[in-house]
Amino acid sequence: MPSLKDLKNRIGSVKNTRKITKAMQMVAAAKLRRAQEAAEAARPFAERMTAVMTGLAGSVGSSETAPRLLAGTGSDKVHLLVVMTAERGLCGGFNSSIVRLARAHAAKLLTQGKTVKILTVGKKGREQLRRDLGQHFIGHVDLSEVKRMGYPVAQGIARDLLDRFDKGEFDVATIFFARFQSVISQVPTAQQVIPAVFEGEGEVSSLYDYEPSEEGVLADLLPRGVATQIFTALLENGASEQGARMSAMDNATRNAGDMINRLTIEYNRSRQAAITKELIEIISGAEAL
Amino acid sequence: MAGTLQFDLVSPERRLASFAATEVQVPGTDGDMTAMEGHAPTITTLRPGILRAHGPSGVQAYAVTGGFAEINATSISVLAEKAVAVEELTGTVLDEFIAEARELASVALPEDRDMAERTLNDMLALKASSGH
Repeated sequence: MPSLKDLKNRIGSVKNTRKITKAMQMVAAAKLRRAQEAAEAARPFAERMTAVMTGLAGSVGSSETAPRLLAGTGSDKVHLLVVMTAERGLCGGFNSSIVRLARAHAAKLLTQGKTVKILTVGKKGREQLRRDLGQHFIGHVDLSEVKRMGYPVAQGIARDLLDRFDKGEFDVATIFFARFQSVISQVPTAQQVIPAVFEGEGEVSSLYDYEPSEEGVLADLLPRGVATQIFTALLENGASEQGARMSAMDNATRNAGDMINRLTIEYNRSRQAAITKELIEIISGAEAL
Repeated sequence: MAGTLQFDLVSPERRLASFAATEVQVPGTDGDMTAMEGHAPTITTLRPGILRAHGPSGVQAYAVTGGFAEINATSISVLAEKAVAVEELTGTVLDEFIAEARELASVALPEDRDMAERTLNDMLALKASSGH
């Protein structure tokens, strides 16, 4: 049976925890709004880009001269997994769910006898993957210094990726991130960026004249497309992280509240018990006289 | 009164402009072109340069770096990697662009070097013409 003082300290400490989680929830809510706005603002560019590239890929993709970024290297021996996670924890299952998807993907590739290379973006994913897949790491992008997720960040990562591709370090690149659906639902997603894949039929691209040429435009666009996809992924990830943190902290705040209630009841009960006990002692002492 | 076409200028981070323009001058890779209503459907890549849109409130000019423009009879959408309104274009912004282009040119693979150097020269020309 904990003493009254112990209980009182306990209640005090849980109250402090609740204050912190409440504050974190509010900060996450504010950041989430900003992250969502950024994701929203980036959408028109990404959508037009994909539409034009899909159209082009449809008409150029099957030809002999198709760029390697679209047609691939002709083999799929070496896979690069780009695992994008957050720099900070305390955001529920956000980081682990991305890591779990990446780990499953890597395991599948390894059993097929492929070579797996991993590039991590964000500290948390690196920490979680180090133990079992550490020997596959080829690089890490640190985002802790990044104040605002801007396009140049994505360009940097894309350039690194394209450099490695040009040097023949890998055949297929897939990015892992969480797509933001709502505050309570973020879907871990794997998306192949190199060679580029396009879903569905493109709009009739032969309608357009191309300058300098279809191949020329496509060759110019593909690297930008990689950067755009990475940028979109980073933004989605940013919104997802804040959403996940918000709901995690909301839960934590509620749990702390429940705990305080429970502890308060226990505290009151033992206080009453102590008073009753003292009274009985006094009364029985008086009776004995 | 000439007809208008819907002009959209978007960068990866945000939409910079969207209005009805009577004509839009685009710095295409193979040379400048002007899009007006009824232009043949065209997709062109951009070189660094100045984009001018004649809108309801006069001529709006933007400095753009690479990207592409999609033109058809009723609209033109310009997707620029970076775009800055000319009024906000200062020597420092340009110097940043140039520094980046120079860096790209220096690390480019041999087959890409021509392109990168051309971009750099376009940047330098842009700076010279803007008078900063």
